[in-house]
Amino acid sequence: MSTITERRPSTPTYGDVNRDVIATLRPPGNLYFAWMCIVGLILTCGILAWTYQIFIGMGAAGKRTPQMWAMYITTFVFWIGIGHAGTLISAVLYLFRARWRTSIYRAAEAMTIFAVMTAGLFPLIHAGRMWFAYFLLPYPNQRYLWPNFKSPLVWDVFAISTYLSISTVFFIVGLVPDIAALRDASTGWRRRIYSMLALGWEGSDSQWRHYRRAYGLFAALATPLVLSVHSVVSWDFAMALVPGWHSTLFAPFFVDGAIFSGFAMVLILVLPMRYFFNLYAYIQDKHLDAMAKLILVTGLVLTYFYVCELFTSWYSGDHIEKASLFWRLTSSYSWALATMYFCNCVAPLILFWKKARTSPFWLYVVSILVLIGMWFERFNIIVPSLGHDFYPYTWGIYVPTLTDSTIIVGSFAWFFILFLGFIKVMPSLSVVEVKETLPPPIKDMAHGGHH
Amino acid sequence: MAATTSTVLGVFAHVDTTVRALEELRAKGYHDLTVYTPVPVHEIEDVLERDRPVSRVRVFTLLGGVIGLVSAWLLTQWTSLKWGLYVGGKPPIGFPVSPPYIVIMFEMMVLFGGIATLIGMVVLGRLPRFRTSAAFDPRFTNDRFGVAVHCTPERGPSVREILRTAGAEDVRA
Repeated sequence: MSTITERRPSTPTYGDVNRDVIATLRPPGNLYFAWMCIVGLILTCGILAWTYQIFIGMGAAGKRTPQMWAMYITTFVFWIGIGHAGTLISAVLYLFRARWRTSIYRAAEAMTIFAVMTAGLFPLIHAGRMWFAYFLLPYPNQRYLWPNFKSPLVWDVFAISTYLSISTVFFIVGLVPDIAALRDASTGWRRRIYSMLALGWEGSDSQWRHYRRAYGLFAALATPLVLSVHSVVSWDFAMALVPGWHSTLFAPFFVDGAIFSGFAMVLILVLPMRYFFNLYAYIQDKHLDAMAKLILVTGLVLTYFYVCELFTSWYSGDHIEKASLFWRLTSSYSWALATMYFCNCVAPLILFWKKARTSPFWLYVVSILVLIGMWFERFNIIVPSLGHDFYPYTWGIYVPTLTDSTIIVGSFAWFFILFLGFIKVMPSLSVVEVKETLPPPIKDMAHGGHH
Repeated sequence: MAATTSTVLGVFAHVDTTVRALEELRAKGYHDLTVYTPVPVHEIEDVLERDRPVSRVRVFTLLGGVIGLVSAWLLTQWTSLKWGLYVGGKPPIGFPVSPPYIVIMFEMMVLFGGIATLIGMVVLGRLPRFRTSAAFDPRFTNDRFGVAVHCTPERGPSVREILRTAGAEDVRA
């Protein structure tokens, strides 16, 4: 740790935190608008592709039997997984009082909400006629027809909408005192908007008292929720009998993978933020180090799950299960499997090296590889398993089309446009929580010296 | 009574001076205080929380959670009776609960519990206000601590003296 602490800048004061966070909200420069234009253009392509798909039909997305679930569900699971790191940082690490979380939790929480908002689009895109999406909700209707609550897909609707709602509430509650700080530092129309959003927050003792209690309770509610969400997503598969899906391993396997990919996305967002906003005093090397360690641990656990998956499939003695696995490992999709093993099991091993854990370059490379690997993990679960189940006449190969690929690339643009917008209107670094980890201003440090 | 109450505000730059002022005020019998802090500070909370019950937000959470749990139980069981899907010759619902519905019940419990917690925080903290209170100073969201003492006007000078002695950098009525 000595090399890390040596490079640590001097500790900021409360006033510095306010000044630095307000500085992140200054009108952006040309580089920002250039990024916005690029991202906006990609998003437009995605929207056009979706429009085309609505117009032509689901054939445009390359959907044919047996792979009626393909890229959209893959990307849906991918984005839901991304969200998990944010809740882990904001709720689980809060309960464990891990103080290093404070400087990254706001960005991570925003990432969670935007990732879930992105994920939420995919069931709609996938369903084709998304204007009937309300069929998923239990609403009184003339035919006394209700959703089948025994179906994991309906569980998913409840899990994801609860997750989005609770994450948003958690996020907004965390923002209130920070927006009050912005309100008191701004003038004109900005002040009026921030005044409305701050709900008249003053930081009085009674407000803090209820706020703190409520925040702890939110964290306590969000912790089991985040574990349940990806478990429920995994049951979308595990409850089915398809070989390669029907496994009790899936819930912890998915949750671990979600945290793994989520931390990679946090790094991808936080590293440029630190560079462009000059937040080196807050997002220090020890924060990168802690995140890298979490990526390493979850990556090793994931490797263990992969080994278990192979072992249980072999040890099960189930002929179909073994045949499906053998086909996945050796045939059409073996390249996707190899990509996944490399990106998720081999690439993060570099983080055993301490220099890599604090080097923005290596962290960025590993994070991108992890995201690619985790996208392929979901692809490998969904597409090859469906392509090789019980009967030879239902076997098949899935080929992506331009339409579904463009929609998926567009979903990244949608995510980044939300995040880019967010960092310029709201504090992307928590004013209050960062101050909490700083030493409070004390007049008599040891003795005397005042007046 | 309310008309004869005045407020004296002391602005502090340090935690220890704020705590000193609070201890002094409490020792002199002033209990109607409002303390403004940019962050929750343990030292200040320790002084204030001594004779206070725990925040009642948790009652809201409990009620919300129970309402969510019960309503999800009712929803799933009742709709299954209305639209029975008989699988494997088994009854459409189980008692006390059908195992698959536990997932829905859990999610609804968290959802209602979370929303009730938010309502609890907003209601108990008297939150949506359109105007900040008179004693509030914009510095309190930045790096200053404020102690507002609500007392009768004739005690004002002695309160001011206490605040100033404790180390307030600014005292005003």
